[in-house]
Amino acid sequence: MASGQQWVLVEMVQAFYEAPAYHLILEGILILWIIRLLFSKTYKLHETYKLTEREKEDLIEEWQPDLLVPLISKDHPSLKYNIVSGPPSHKIIVNGKECINFASFNFLGLLDSERVKEKALMSLKKYGVGTCGPRGFYGTFDVHLELENRLAKFMKTEEAIIYSYGFATMASAIPAYSKRGDMIFVDEAACFSIQKGLQASRSFIKYFKHNDMEDLERLLKEQEVEDQKNPRKARVTRKFIVVEGMYINTADICPLPELVKLKYRYKVRIFLEESMSFGVLGEHGKGVTEHFGVNIDDIDLISANMENAVASIGGFCCGRSFVIDHQRLSGQGYCFSASLPPMLAAAAIEALNIMEEDPGIFIVLREKCKHVYKALQGIPGLKLVGEPFAPALHLQLEKSSGSRSSDMQQLRSIVDYCLERKVALTLAQYLEKEERFLTPPSIRVVVTVKQKDDDIQKAVSCIREAASVLLK
Amino acid sequence: MTESPASKPASNGEVCPHARNGLKPERNGFLKSLQQQSRHRDRDRDEEEVHAALHHGGLYNRPFLESFEETPMLVAVLTYMGYGILTVFGYLRDFLRHWKIERCHIAREKEEQKDFVPLYQDFENFYTRNLYMRIRDNWNRPICSVPGAKMDLVDRVSHDYNWTFEYTGRTVKAVINLGSYNYLGFAENTGRCADAAAEVSIAYGVGVASTRQEIGNLDIHEEMENLLARFLGVESAMAFGMGFATNSMNIPALTGKGCLILSDELNHASLVLGARLSGSTIRVFKHNNMQSLEKLLREAIVHGQPRTHRPWKKILIMVEGIYSMEGSIVRLPEVIALKRRYRAYLYLDEAHSIGALGPRGRGVVDHFGLDPRDVDVMMGTFTKSFGAAGGYIAGKRELIDYLRCHSHSAVYATSMSPPVVEQIITSMKCIMGEDGTTIGSDRIRQLAQNTAYFRRRLREMGFIIYGNDDSPVVPMMLYMPAKIGAFGREMLSRNIGVVVVGFPATPIIESRARFCVSAAHSRELLDQALSAISEVGDLLQLKYSRHRIQPSGARPFDDGVYEDVDD
Repeated sequence: MASGQQWVLVEMVQAFYEAPAYHLILEGILILWIIRLLFSKTYKLHETYKLTEREKEDLIEEWQPDLLVPLISKDHPSLKYNIVSGPPSHKIIVNGKECINFASFNFLGLLDSERVKEKALMSLKKYGVGTCGPRGFYGTFDVHLELENRLAKFMKTEEAIIYSYGFATMASAIPAYSKRGDMIFVDEAACFSIQKGLQASRSFIKYFKHNDMEDLERLLKEQEVEDQKNPRKARVTRKFIVVEGMYINTADICPLPELVKLKYRYKVRIFLEESMSFGVLGEHGKGVTEHFGVNIDDIDLISANMENAVASIGGFCCGRSFVIDHQRLSGQGYCFSASLPPMLAAAAIEALNIMEEDPGIFIVLREKCKHVYKALQGIPGLKLVGEPFAPALHLQLEKSSGSRSSDMQQLRSIVDYCLERKVALTLAQYLEKEERFLTPPSIRVVVTVKQKDDDIQKAVSCIREAASVLLK
Repeated sequence: MTESPASKPASNGEVCPHARNGLKPERNGFLKSLQQQSRHRDRDRDEEEVHAALHHGGLYNRPFLESFEETPMLVAVLTYMGYGILTVFGYLRDFLRHWKIERCHIAREKEEQKDFVPLYQDFENFYTRNLYMRIRDNWNRPICSVPGAKMDLVDRVSHDYNWTFEYTGRTVKAVINLGSYNYLGFAENTGRCADAAAEVSIAYGVGVASTRQEIGNLDIHEEMENLLARFLGVESAMAFGMGFATNSMNIPALTGKGCLILSDELNHASLVLGARLSGSTIRVFKHNNMQSLEKLLREAIVHGQPRTHRPWKKILIMVEGIYSMEGSIVRLPEVIALKRRYRAYLYLDEAHSIGALGPRGRGVVDHFGLDPRDVDVMMGTFTKSFGAAGGYIAGKRELIDYLRCHSHSAVYATSMSPPVVEQIITSMKCIMGEDGTTIGSDRIRQLAQNTAYFRRRLREMGFIIYGNDDSPVVPMMLYMPAKIGAFGREMLSRNIGVVVVGFPATPIIESRARFCVSAAHSRELLDQALSAISEVGDLLQLKYSRHRIQPSGARPFDDGVYEDVDD
């Protein structure tokens, strides 16, 4: 075998000698060509299109950006704000006209309470206005700690944490817990603050139909099936339900007892936004948990702002320390923002005092709500949306004209008509392009304890008159 | 085109831990393409130390001196070792806690919810549990007075190594405040501002209970915004209830899909959040580095959007006036030159610089003597220099009109509290000299003098100080994790309140103390603080600087710079 091979080799060498020169040259070139192909770089498309400096300069010259902001026409409906001179309390001066206020969320009438003002002033005399720092860096005042304790005690939870801006509260709380890859189930009617929190969390979001527990359960079941397929992933995917106690956009309340049942059945945590129900619902104004008699420990996190019933500024979250304490390092709006001015915290504490001393105020508010709700029924052309005990109701058009802007126009004319006759109302304002599910246009009717029967009488007859004159 | 020797990264022959922290050499990059000539006025300081771009033919009206001395090699190694030891002990103690040998103080999940998916990943809180908790007493110290030049602290003790605090009921009186952002000293409970705020709270109450677009637009809101526009020298302005939210809720109104945001790597969390919420593409350039910014701008315009190669709709550059953790000042003249050349828009966050910089207190634009109309979006806060709360956006009328219709804040958030608005009006009038006094301009001058004095003295003592010579935010490097806690406690025991920061607010090895100089500080107060800092510095061996300069009276504060105050 070995000698045979040697023979072949010898023959090859012989053939090499005998071959003509042109043949050898050709083969040599071919071999070199193969080697070149082997070692040459892979063919790259963009290299061939590489731009020269000159071309780059031209591109830079040519580029024309859009305007920073689109031009707004001078008669954009929301460009011109109503100007309120003086305090926005029960009597409010809108564009120079003194009206009865049916528009500010001052449910308990605490905005011009002398007691609250006095405490705020005392605090101002002691601390000045601003805090000049975030909570971490000498921006924590003893008043903040007191307010947090008082809120926790009021709500009967372990801990509370305050934010300096109501809107930022839920928007910061959600992304503090729910991260990329987690799962959030949200009611379609959720307010804008929740929507922003969801967006900041970068979690998977599933919307269920407004207050439709069957739809929610369907989604939860789907998720359960999904989880069984991939149990490893399911073990680290946190799941949350985010709902509002009383929806600002629809003025109805969430079916909390059913939600709690679903929570334990599917092992999902509940975050509850109570800006419209804190200081309104329940015997002591504790909100929707008290309204339904749900154990507050069953809710993982409750957030509310102190800008409506409490008539101060800021917001808070409360719940078990295990949950709430995490926000002290992870709540962006808490860590990176200057703390709440102490005088506003002091005002909130005094408001809590008033609420604790006189729970009768909530009964009065409920009575007023029912009264207004009944009185606003049956206005031709308008329909009332909301629960009888909701303090911020919506009046929508019975029949939409088909175009949102002309609907808005019609409702605005009613608001203007009432304003002319000294009843202050407002349209519910939304960013139409940004809302996930836009509710139909509406007039907000806000009930406060300060409104007397004849005020209500006047307002209702005014709206009725406006509707009959302006809606054809 | 000449290149300033100062633009080259420091190379003094020895092996520097460049690669480790990666930031230092590039940090001071400035724009070559725009620099026609550069004069180097070396003010008796090492060239290597001051990576400064001085006088770029007309771009800068005053020297721009910024220094970031490198971390000494040995210190860097020791710092990493420190973290190593802490981590090892952290694991050990977690192990002990797991086997219930050590008592665990951490709040527990509710019993019924034990089988839920855990709310926190275990490693998420490792740092908090094992590192932060040891020195937690340095943060969130409650105060019970005005956050002025001196403040009273609520005394607290911990019997379980900072897991819980107990308030003793005593107060620590007259602690020198080097922590609050009270640049112009408007955190006051007496005087015009407080009186005016009190009057307004009696008249208006403290809440508003509605949004700007609905029925919460008070006359004083409008008054304040008009004054603000005048103060800033722009067409129009709009104010919002929270500084953080001013960024996070308005950037989404300005940019969206198909837009590009070029953001400084050290931008504040609120800018980052706003950019993220906007849905735009975000690219990050090196801190205050104009070459890096220009490169990104060129690439962006030449290549367009990724994959589709469509041209970007618009490009927004986001920078801050003073960076609160570095004490650096944005190279605004160069940024404006770049933005002009590449037709980008500029978003300038003046949270720390408004009031605190410039001969007339108009912020960084005033500091460099530029035209405010060159900045497309001027943003700032009222929390710091004005001693109030909230934020603003100012610029062209079209911009503000658009925001009045489309800002998330205007539509969904409760408007600003009336007494807070009044505090802004009064303090702003004071800064502008419209109250008929010179208090405002005096304070601006006082702040500039205090800043120069404080920075110079610290440098003479041999501390490593970061940032711009004109910045009232003075970061002093501590580096090692153990020194964070030690410095904070030692200073407090000498009745001085300081802010100390470590990871994650800073890069891991660059823990630091941060002093905020205020116009309310008197020279004696600063001297008292400085001697304490020096004492603690010796005790903890914090005088790291290898470029120690001789104490000298040769370089007194240059008063001429601030003499041309014209209002």
